[in-house]
Amino acid sequence: MFLALRELRFARGRFSLFCGVIALMTLMVVLLTGLTAGLGAASVSAVDALPGTALAFSAEPKVSFATSSVSEQDQRALAAKAGVHSATPIGVSTAKLTGAVAVLGGVPGSSPTAGGVLVPPSLGLATGSHVRVNDQDLVVTGSTSEHSLNHLPAVYVSLDTWRRVAHTSGATAILVDAEPGADLSSAGLTTLSRTEAYSAVGSYSSEQGSLNLMTGLLLGISALVVGAFFTVWTMQRGHDLAVVRAIGASRSYLLRDALGQAALVLVIGAGLGTALATGLGLAASTAVPFVLAPSTVLVPMALMVLVGLVGATFAVRRVTTVDPLTALGAAR
Amino acid sequence: MLVSASGLAKSYDTGVVTPVLRGAALELDRSRIGVILGPSGSGKSTLMNIIGGVDRADEGVVEVDGERITDLDDDGLVEYRRESVGFVFQFYNLVPNLTAGENIEVVSNISKQPLAIDEVLAAVGLTEKKNRFPRELSGGEQQRVAIARAIVKNPKLLLCDEPTGALDIATSRDVLAQLQRVNTQFGTTILMITHNVAVAEMAHAVFRMRDGEVEHATQNAEPVPAERISW
Repeated sequence: MFLALRELRFARGRFSLFCGVIALMTLMVVLLTGLTAGLGAASVSAVDALPGTALAFSAEPKVSFATSSVSEQDQRALAAKAGVHSATPIGVSTAKLTGAVAVLGGVPGSSPTAGGVLVPPSLGLATGSHVRVNDQDLVVTGSTSEHSLNHLPAVYVSLDTWRRVAHTSGATAILVDAEPGADLSSAGLTTLSRTEAYSAVGSYSSEQGSLNLMTGLLLGISALVVGAFFTVWTMQRGHDLAVVRAIGASRSYLLRDALGQAALVLVIGAGLGTALATGLGLAASTAVPFVLAPSTVLVPMALMVLVGLVGATFAVRRVTTVDPLTALGAAR
Repeated sequence: MLVSASGLAKSYDTGVVTPVLRGAALELDRSRIGVILGPSGSGKSTLMNIIGGVDRADEGVVEVDGERITDLDDDGLVEYRRESVGFVFQFYNLVPNLTAGENIEVVSNISKQPLAIDEVLAAVGLTEKKNRFPRELSGGEQQRVAIARAIVKNPKLLLCDEPTGALDIATSRDVLAQLQRVNTQFGTTILMITHNVAVAEMAHAVFRMRDGEVEHATQNAEPVPAERISW
């Protein structure tokens, strides 16, 4: 790092500018990652909060909470399978309360008595309040954690109440609690793990896919930008490297030095960008769905450094091909 | 004998094969100054590059302090250049991003048994300029930093390619005197390329090259102090 550190000092203007570029790109990646996680949670946190190990939907080309419909016969068939502890029908639909809400009926542990509804604090409804859900009059019997489904706050009712609200006699899906490895296949049903069941939530897959694609593209662009910078930088110092090679520096010495320099610049730039994104994320989380966690802050930062190093490695590998004769050639 | 080269042949193929060395040979004793004279294209630089381990001969043998460097692989040549050879270039070739002291320190860092940086800076009379960048130094001062950089590794052999080629007469004489002092103070063997015939007066051995061969090799029993050379 002898040359690397001194070059950083000498060309601090150029490197500061480049650190700024890295910081801005990291800022975008971290903000986008936090937003992706936030939007994801807004789509499926109610699914995440469901008990059990799997969900069974009616077999359709595209499994969806909106179109799935299961019968008591389906529920009995699953409950009778070896290794299945319980199979509970649940209802999922959208309704109008104070605004649009997702109504979940019959969820074990979150199922009030008939005519009652559990609401999250964010709806601002006190226990005992009388509310109208679609055309049904219900009483708020308690509060529940803040969960949402398809970006709508989730409220919980009993399965009977849900059937009245949804004007149906069946259920949407079957919540299965089974031993690991149990055979859950059943005619006319598609059984998914809880995380697989995210895809049954409206636009979750396309929303997450688009955002993840943007994050991936940003990371790819970052690798190219870092590679381009260090390509130009390495070309600019080609003659100096030839001199250092001529006086006895090995290829590995120059490569270590150049990669150390790239790593330092990347860590500083990515660190600044992450700090800035954390501050902005904290402020934004009050207004938009934004998750600030190690997985949405430190992981994208580490990815930025990693892809940057990949780009830099392609760029600085030319230091190993510097011909010391170049230095002597200049003297002829 | 510190340097022994014999039968060196080298051609460059740039579409047309051009022979540059045709059986060149020279011998230089330890702690001596040798000067290679010759017109442009006579093969001086190629001969020095091969002796310095930055180029390879097509044929022939070079031994430095008993080590046959023409048999070394790439890693061996890097180590040879790092530990045994110092280079002084015509255009100094200092790293512009490093101060005078750091230009010397970079060599000190990669060498196994370097001399003290302050000692070599003092030897070339640049103690006060240690923290100056090359652009803040005159041509003569830059060349003295280059000499200090070359000798800090305490090399067996110091190779100088036209070290005064970019300097005026007074500064050239000063740089040559500096090289002569290095030879005396550290016992460093010096092999120097020059167009300047007058420089031969300060050498113990003079090699005149023509058409890729050493035509004449003469010994000089009484080398003249560089300060007394004129041209």
